Formats: sequence, structure tokens, C-alpha cells
Amino acid sequence: MEPIHSIFSRTVVLPYSDIDTDQIIPARFLTTTTKAGLGQHAFSNWRYNTDGSNKSDFILNQSSAQGCQILVAGNNFGCGSSREHAPWALLDFGFRAVISTEIADIFRSNSLKNGLLPLVIDKENHAWLIANPGAQVEINLETSSLSLPNGKQVKFNIEGFARYCLLNGVDELGFLMNQLDQIKQYEQERA
Amino acid sequence: MSAPKTLFEKVWERHEVVPETADTPAVLYIDLHLVHEVTSPQAFSLLREKGLKVRRTDRTLATMDHSTPTDPAEIAGRVPIKVKSAAQQIQQLETNCSEFDVELLNLNSAQRGIVHVVGPELGATQPGKTIVCGDSHTATHGAFGALAFGIGTTEVGHVLATQCLLQRRPRTLAITVDGKLAEGVTAKDLILAIIGKIGVAGGTGQVIEYRGTAIESLCMDGRMTVCNMSIEAGARAGMIAPDETTFAYLKGRPKAPQGSDWDKAVAEWRNLRSDPGARYDREVQINGSDLEPMITYGTHPGMVMPIGGRVPDQSNDPVFMKSLAYMGLNPNEQLLGKPIQVAFIGSCTNARLSDLELAAKVMKGKRVAPGVRALVVPGSQQIKREAEQLGLDKIFLEAGAEWRESGCSMCIGMNGDTVASGQYAVSTSNRNFEGRQGAGARTLLASPATAAASAIRGCVTDPRTII
Repeated sequence: MEPIHSIFSRTVVLPYSDIDTDQIIPARFLTTTTKAGLGQHAFSNWRYNTDGSNKSDFILNQSSAQGCQILVAGNNFGCGSSREHAPWALLDFGFRAVISTEIADIFRSNSLKNGLLPLVIDKENHAWLIANPGAQVEINLETSSLSLPNGKQVKFNIEGFARYCLLNGVDELGFLMNQLDQIKQYEQERA
Repeated sequence: MSAPKTLFEKVWERHEVVPETADTPAVLYIDLHLVHEVTSPQAFSLLREKGLKVRRTDRTLATMDHSTPTDPAEIAGRVPIKVKSAAQQIQQLETNCSEFDVELLNLNSAQRGIVHVVGPELGATQPGKTIVCGDSHTATHGAFGALAFGIGTTEVGHVLATQCLLQRRPRTLAITVDGKLAEGVTAKDLILAIIGKIGVAGGTGQVIEYRGTAIESLCMDGRMTVCNMSIEAGARAGMIAPDETTFAYLKGRPKAPQGSDWDKAVAEWRNLRSDPGARYDREVQINGSDLEPMITYGTHPGMVMPIGGRVPDQSNDPVFMKSLAYMGLNPNEQLLGKPIQVAFIGSCTNARLSDLELAAKVMKGKRVAPGVRALVVPGSQQIKREAEQLGLDKIFLEAGAEWRESGCSMCIGMNGDTVASGQYAVSTSNRNFEGRQGAGARTLLASPATAAASAIRGCVTDPRTII
């Protein structure tokens, strides 16, 4: 994984609460055995008509959304299933961060392991972001702060170890593998 | 004397290989890792890439359920797979399990079924265990006093390689349900009412312990239904303290302890209850005697009401109105009497024997209404056989319902079983998200009794008017 320090981008806004993983990527696309190419199916039911053509009124199909790396969504983003295909699809689409007032546990954990930043911020600044789609913002992971174009500095909290892994581009498996002696000892003591 | 502990704390602390610190999460040992075809291929690929083995094959059990078809086997031992990518995915699990020496309940296995049905059925699910699976409904196994939760594919790889996970300790939430459920009110109605009360994010970051007299009087099937939907309240896991009901269920099952090991295990399991005075981060009380059959009207499980109720009026909330527009419903509308096109009885929430018995009791001697497709999908091949021994299959077939092979079926709509766009389905599954049962499908979550009664009348029906 590449180290992440900051992200500077315009936002795209999906102003709905409880956006579940079946919206992020419908189950019919989960028969894959790889991680590749899932971006084309991100928000598929909202993005495409039944004949496969784009729904022109959906924000991700509009020119203003192109190149945006930060998705701002309503409360409780990513609820539902444990499918890691959800962050894989968002990353493949081009997103690098999601901002909400609450992010579901499994989706948050999956996102952190793939370098998609799940940011939970306060209601007031979140409401500002929802009301100002396309805002140019900067996420600074080193200082755990988000800079808004209105001058506000907004704090977010990413669990310390996950943040360390993201900043240094290391994955958790290496850390776990280094614990194998203790794992073996635990197994012997319990057996 | 040590401080009183909750059930969760007892199980968690027993599995800390390395406790958490300010800088690092806990290294948590996993006793049982359940694997299925959809969320595991990329994890096995990672092992291959890094030259790693499955560290504890004896603690790993695989089955196939999500993308498997449920069509009646046309030729003995051969189940048709219509979706090509699904067939490849199923083949990939065969290859992975064979290469990494993992026990697999494949399509020909008499023990296969939905992962959260077969774990308990085989007795692999036991009190006090930590259990994970790349599936959010893993919380089901908490019904036995296990700490069970869903993980993503990267974490599936971590557990395959190390038998451990890095986890921050969640908070605790006690939900106490006292009183007695009324006739016609089931475990499904109870958990829907709980989600309605605390909300779909009400349990985020928390492990729920369900307790109280209404919980204690549930059979294991009912307890599994309750714990299963903990994730629909956003919770990491749901747990119920094991008791005589739990022990009686597990005794003699193939993977349960046998002989003197059994007595030793039960003696240990008896300590798995929250100590008097144990403290939770949060507590919620519910009177079980007040509950009615419940049904959802929206696009998440928290949008739920008593079956005789009216859709709330929140016309000033655009998100709420977007949801109603998808459902084709209006504020203040009653659901009772609303024509339906599909009734689905199945899923890891409600496809166990007692669920099927309840549905059969409602359907016996009656006919599914014209224009309604009723699908009954047992949770496992063993449940299918048990139901057939009781003659339930004949009751369903004579009523005009379909009797299928086991699998996730119409709950997830990735195996050929779907609800068509615009159709209303009363479904015993766990999610009414947009498109969950098929693009444009309109799901009304309810109990097996409500689904069966609605199939017979052809419209949303209070099961108490038909039993």
C-alpha cells in the first residue's frame, strides 16, 4: 500500500443517510474472484438505467463529479454487509476518502485496510459540506485535520494504529505475523 | 474478588493473545473461522502471493451458500448453476479448500447450507468461542454465548494466516426484554422492534447482550434470529448467555464435545453469564409483552412498524420520501391488505426448522393466492431432510409454494433467485435495502408467520387473523 499523507480535492456529495453496501456495490457483482474493475459497478443501481445507459441526473454521472476524490455522504455510511468489494469499488472509481457523521464498523475497518480514508466529523461542518458540493478541501492525515475553504479546520479521529499503517504504507498482516511466537504460546497455554 | 464482568468481557479477555494498548489494538485469538465462496477468493490469493499456509485448518470450515442456486436438483447430485461467474467462484472455493487443506461442505455434501445455519447445526458453534466469517450476519452465532462478528476479506486473510485479528475492544450495550411474547409474535418481530427502537446505527461500535425473560424463553432458533440481525442495528455482535436450552441443543451434535469432554465443557459454559453488578456502557429496556407482529415499510430495517400501523408522515424529510418513493408507498398508508407478488421464507435469519414449521402451520390445507410466487428455502440440506421427514414439504407444495434446495437464495439475489422490479415481496430475510432482492425489488421484512399468511391471502396479512 502507498503511504498516504494528504488528499487535496473537490468533494462530491450524496446527501442521503444510511447508504448501505448494497447501494455502493450490488450483490450481483460479487461473483468475482479478484478485486479489479469494480469501479464500473459502484452505485450501479443509481448510476445506470436498466438498458445500461447512464442516468444523467445522478451526480456521479455529471461532469462536476469527474476527478473528485472525496465523497461526502449522509449519516451512517456503509451500513450493511461485510463485503470489502465496497471500498474496492469506491477506490477503483477514484475515491480516496469518505466523509460522514457516522461510518459503519465493518465498512470503516475494510476501508482502512485498503487506503480509503473513512472520516467521521462533527454535524455542523458536515452540514456545511453537504450544502457546498464541489468544495475544495484538504485532508491532512498527519495532523488528523480537514481544511475547508471557509477557513475552518475540522478534526477527525482515525484509530492510531490504522493511521500509523496508512502514513507509512504498511499493512497489518506484517504486524500480526510478527506476533506468531506469542500466538503459539497462547495456544500452548490454552491447550 | 475481581470486579463483576459482562459475558462479552469474559469471552474477550479469554481470547486476548496481546491486550490492546494506546498505540496498538489487541491481538485477538479466533477459535472458529467460517469461510464461504464470495468473500474468500481474494484472501486465498493473498496467501498464495505471500507463500503462506492456512495456519489452523482444524479451526477453519468452509461452505458454499451465497451464489449457489437453490433450484431443485434436476439430476441427483447435480445442481444447475446458471450464472457463469458464480460457477467459477464456486469452483474457486473447491480449488482453494483442496489446495490449502480446508474442510469444505461442497454442493454434493449432505451437510452443506447457509454458513450461519450449518455452524450451529454441526455443533461447531459453541459458548465462549470467538467466531468470525466474511459475512456480517456472523452475529448469529452469538445466540450460543459466542463472540461472533463479520469481517472483510483482508481480515479473512489475516485469520487464515495467523488465526488472529487486530481488534479494538468494542463498547457494551445491554438490551433487556422482559415480559412474554404474545401469540403470533415471534423472535423476528422482537428484533425488528428492537432495531426500530435503537435505530440502524444504534449499535455502532458496540456488542449487544440480549437478556431478560422474553429472551430466555426463546428456543435456539429464535435466539439465532435475534442475534442474526444485530448488524442491522449497526452492532459488531449480539450475544445471549448460554443456558440449559443451549446445552440441550448442542448435545450430541457431531462437532460438539463428546463424553466426559461434554460434561467438562458444560461446567465451563455455565460461568458464561454476566456477573451480578456487571456494568454495560449503555442499557435499553423493552417490554416483550407489548410487542406485535412487525413489518418494514422502507429501505432499511429501522423503517419498521406494527403490522396494523400506518406509514409515518415525515414528508419534510427528503431522504425518507426518497425511500417511500422507491417503495411506492405514501405517508399514512396502511400496509395491511396491500397486494404482494412474492413471499420468501428463507435466509440465515429465518430458515431453520421451527421457522419452516411455523410457516407450514399457517399454510396447511390452504392455497397460495393467485399471482403470488411463494418460495420456501431451507437453511441447510439437513433442515431440508428434517422438514421432509415431518411432511412440511408436502404442505408447502400442496399449497402451491416452491420447495427448494438450501442457500441464501432471494435474500441476496446473486444466485438466480430474485424479485422483479416493482414487485412487493414479504420476506423473512434481514435486509430491505434498495435492490437487495433484485434491482427495483420492494422488500417488506417480516416473520415466517406473516410471510406465509400474506402468501395465502395475496396481500400483507396479520398472521393472527389466519392461524
